[in-house]
Amino acid sequence: MKTAQTCKNKNYLQYIHLTSPRTNEKRSLLRAFLVGGLICCIGQGIRYGLEFGFGLKGDELSSYVSMIMIFLGALLTGLGVYDRIGKFAGGGSIVPITGFANSVVSPAMEFKTEGYIYGLAAKMFIVAGPIIVFGIASSVLVGVIYYVIYLFV
Amino acid sequence: MRTVFFKNKPKIIATSSIAGPKESNGSIAGYIETTLDDDMYGENTFEKAETKMLFKVFEKTIQNAKLTPENVDVIIAGDLLNQIISATFASRNFSCGFLGAYNACATFTEALTLGATLVDGGYLNTVLCGTSSHFSSAERQYRYPLELGCTRPPLSQWTVTGGGASLIAKEGKGVKIINATVGKIVDFGVTDTNNMGAAMAPAAADTLITHFKETGFTPDYYDLIVSGDLGAFGSRIFKDLVWEKGFDIEKQHVDCGELVYNICEQEYQGASGAGCSSLVFNSYLYRKLLDGKLKRILLMATGALLSSVSSQQGESIPGIAHAVCLES
Repeated sequence: MKTAQTCKNKNYLQYIHLTSPRTNEKRSLLRAFLVGGLICCIGQGIRYGLEFGFGLKGDELSSYVSMIMIFLGALLTGLGVYDRIGKFAGGGSIVPITGFANSVVSPAMEFKTEGYIYGLAAKMFIVAGPIIVFGIASSVLVGVIYYVIYLFV
Repeated sequence: MRTVFFKNKPKIIATSSIAGPKESNGSIAGYIETTLDDDMYGENTFEKAETKMLFKVFEKTIQNAKLTPENVDVIIAGDLLNQIISATFASRNFSCGFLGAYNACATFTEALTLGATLVDGGYLNTVLCGTSSHFSSAERQYRYPLELGCTRPPLSQWTVTGGGASLIAKEGKGVKIINATVGKIVDFGVTDTNNMGAAMAPAAADTLITHFKETGFTPDYYDLIVSGDLGAFGSRIFKDLVWEKGFDIEKQHVDCGELVYNICEQEYQGASGAGCSSLVFNSYLYRKLLDGKLKRILLMATGALLSSVSSQQGESIPGIAHAVCLES
């Protein structure tokens, strides 16, 4: 029986690899840098605003900044703007916390048609799920390493 | 022998096509019968919109043939959604027989081949063949949510929002179906789901070469050799593969995927989807054949037979292409 392995036509795959159009890396990097940087500047601006305007400090300050950025990401997704920014910026708008908000809100909006339980709630983490799982798993791992190192220091 | 020769030359007596807003501003817009301003078509889900579009083209095709739904014997239809729901739900409004077909984006020529065979054999009098696809319903089944901010790779194609239908009958005036070559499944081991053109091109080349061998025709015999949705890059591979076997189709070849949109960056390789070849044939090509601007064409829709499960399990993408020879 033919399998994916035996189907491999090496010459053909090599030919495809050589001739297929590639992503323009310089352009992608520049766009990601500009938009990603702009999002971070907005975040920093909000931080200064809260720090000097409202006198917030420490953990409270950073939680408020995150909350505002997540809200903005979700709002722009709902307004149908964030996917356009994403199309332009690529990684520049995926990596900041606003991109995380976008990855949760967009499936929630999309799968609402299949109902609130099996659609919206069940599919909400279809994109963000892996980020959360590996985020928590790696933070536990780092925690263990940290603990072991400090036993000897 | 994979070519079916039709002795009685069944005819496509009427067609109809429908397209969403993006396609309605593209290069074949003037030939599309029903153009929509709203890709939801007044429905609350994309799946329902696609079903309604297919229903509309069925209805219009029957009207264009000056028949009533009772005159149609069987509908052969398919689409890209799981369990071909658009085709079945659109057909539940008709009292005629229904045969579901699925060959991904090659479904339209599969349906034409089956329909022409049934009519030519004298088993049925009128068969309605149609396919549809919808960008948003395909996107949510195969890729990411619409509002997710991610980039499209340069090899990606854009699923057509639209569809078309053809009515095949024994008698009447219209475009004659001369023969059809049934494609075989060809897999060269391409696994990149964004590179559908590369996955389908070997199948298209195989079908075309088999067609030339079994019919004895050469590329010059045709005014146009129309592939389904290979896209710009896939077309190039296809022409290379056919050239390697000793046929030069540079002059005759055109790809439906490259015809639908005005070339701009967002769609990269052009259109794709079960509705792509169906939309182009039932609007632009059918009109040109009727007017006699084109004498003879080979319509060859191409399909990538993958599912979201198979690609996640690391399977390669098998391709298929069916060719139908049409004469004005």
